[in-house]
Amino acid sequence: MKQVDENKLAKSKKRKQSLAFFMFGFIGFVIVGILLTVLSFIVFKGVSVISWDFITKMPEEGMTRGGIYPAIIGTLCLVGGSMIFAFPIGVMAAIYMNEYVRDGIIKKIIKQMTNNLSGIPSIVFGLFGMALFVNKLGFGDSILAGSLTLGLLALPVVIRTTEEALKGVDDTFRHASLGLGATKWQTTRRVVLPIAFPNIITGLILSVGRVSGETAPILFTVAAYFLPKLPTSIFDQAMALPYHLYVISTSGTNIEESRPIAYGTALVLIIIVLLTNILANFLRKYFGKKVKMN
Amino acid sequence: MNPFFKKFSEKFIEGLLMISGTVTSLTVVLIVFFLFKEGISVFNKKAVEEGYVIAVNKSNKVNSISPEDIKNIFDQKITSWKDLGGKDSIILFRLEDISTYFTDEQIGENFERLPACISRVVDSIPQIFAFFPEKYMDKNFKGKEIEAGKISFNTFFGGKEWFPTAQPAAQLGAKPLILGTLWVSLGAILLALPLGLAAAIYMSEIAKDKVRRVMKPLIELLAGIPSVVYGFFGLVVIVPAIQKLFNLPVGETGLAGSIILGIMALPTIITISEDAMRNTPRSMKEASLALGASKWQTICRVVIPHSISGITAAAILGIGRAIGETMAVLMVTGNAAVIPHSILEPMRTIPATIAAELGEAPNGGVHYKALFALGCILFVMTLVINLTVEFITGSKKYKKH
Repeated sequence: MKQVDENKLAKSKKRKQSLAFFMFGFIGFVIVGILLTVLSFIVFKGVSVISWDFITKMPEEGMTRGGIYPAIIGTLCLVGGSMIFAFPIGVMAAIYMNEYVRDGIIKKIIKQMTNNLSGIPSIVFGLFGMALFVNKLGFGDSILAGSLTLGLLALPVVIRTTEEALKGVDDTFRHASLGLGATKWQTTRRVVLPIAFPNIITGLILSVGRVSGETAPILFTVAAYFLPKLPTSIFDQAMALPYHLYVISTSGTNIEESRPIAYGTALVLIIIVLLTNILANFLRKYFGKKVKMN
Repeated sequence: MNPFFKKFSEKFIEGLLMISGTVTSLTVVLIVFFLFKEGISVFNKKAVEEGYVIAVNKSNKVNSISPEDIKNIFDQKITSWKDLGGKDSIILFRLEDISTYFTDEQIGENFERLPACISRVVDSIPQIFAFFPEKYMDKNFKGKEIEAGKISFNTFFGGKEWFPTAQPAAQLGAKPLILGTLWVSLGAILLALPLGLAAAIYMSEIAKDKVRRVMKPLIELLAGIPSVVYGFFGLVVIVPAIQKLFNLPVGETGLAGSIILGIMALPTIITISEDAMRNTPRSMKEASLALGASKWQTICRVVIPHSISGITAAAILGIGRAIGETMAVLMVTGNAAVIPHSILEPMRTIPATIAAELGEAPNGGVHYKALFALGCILFVMTLVINLTVEFITGSKKYKKH
């Protein structure tokens, strides 16, 4: 009799377990489903809008018609500008952290500060950029001010990915180089950096993806509401894709009529972000294997 | 190569690298400096319209009036000095009221005797509350100018109204914004935490390796979508759905914000707690299974307790992300700056307020500084959250990979 009860108990236990596991799996797939819903919604609604004209023409008639060319160019300028600033500094900072400074209080402080910087909300970067670059240094609303603000935001990302790339380089390479009489910098430049290079580039691409979608930091440092011309210098205002999407979906003069443009803009933005992510993933996998084989 | 030059260039490069290493620290210091310099100075400012003064009769015992009380006096919600620690009822005097006391002749054609007239009015009526431009202040003014509309810590953090462009005194009460931020963020975490944990358990303990290898990058991709796109999606899909579902006049509610923020917090929660769970030593899990525990029991009694610090970190970090998020919230929560009573009301968060208003706030004015003060609050909130997470994850075995 008892034996049967235990069997029953075990069975019901097992049933409960498989029910719970099924639920967990279901939730996991629902979350992936949410992602696919968001993506496919934007793609489905935006794909009919996108055409060659859409990405190469100026906006027209209060942004209810025409293209988003200046916004694309503006975003490219901002991404380029921020990376010119953040990439070298970030890589150098990571080299310093990983190759030069010894474990100790200085390293701890720098690490802590980098962590803190990456935790600061993007709107606070916007406030800071406005106070320092736009007002104090007098750059005004300009590509320069926006690029610097975005660059600061991207700095922790660049530092972290570069550090990881450098950590991935086996110490035996360093020892061999130093043992042959090379200086620290020679070792870093000729041995460590070439090996870590693909992963550093992956980090760069990831930060490009991050920066191109940021809106809050550029609200008050560069973004122009409607500016149907291209920027000619770094002191010009510019349109930008994320800000353009925000404006035409909330505060345009004719929200309903400009909806298609909004879908198109969202799609272009998503394509940029997805491409950078996929490219970064691909590079990581491709070079990850190659480096290991060496 | 010249050995001296070689040594010099080595040192030079090291110096260059060191300078780059300090850039992040410098940035944090600069951010704190600028944020707090502008933010704190709001407490030296007056909420009263620029160039105006408030004066009372010399016999009046009241020495200062808060911005809220000024507004209430103008709205005639406060009609007696008794409410403010004085006595008798208030007689409100504005510049345009001068004609009831004096003729045009007495004032003079070019208002040349206006300052003297105002002075006389204030001197002769004990219950007066006079509000007039500073330029009409008489040289030997017989009333008492009072410190009015000074923004104090109490009015800023306790004030129930955020109405920064109000006349005659800006209402800068951050309470509705702080509460709005907390409501929306807590709502988001309540939605995202159970879902995220379930998915994390599934991915780390139950799913086959193949499934996991597809699922994980997809969920990480969820983190890469720009917040403005989420906001747009919320605006065109979730907002109308909520409006229909709950039969509301507007769909832009705290709930819409919570849902969008919840979706945005999911990748953070899943990746961090999954990492923590996968860090459970295999030996512990196998020991549990060998003792006859079911897989479910092992998850509940071994894996989750072992990774609890990581799970806590994930939850707190998720809240942190939600609190600091700007664009998505700005687009879907409706931005009504009132103290929320239910999640189905429009709400306004701190980041959304900054984003919506900074462009219109005159540079260096009260409003501008108040927005920086909000930025300070936000900065402190997120800093506390990040330090807590570091403390939790640092003090336990769990480490981020």
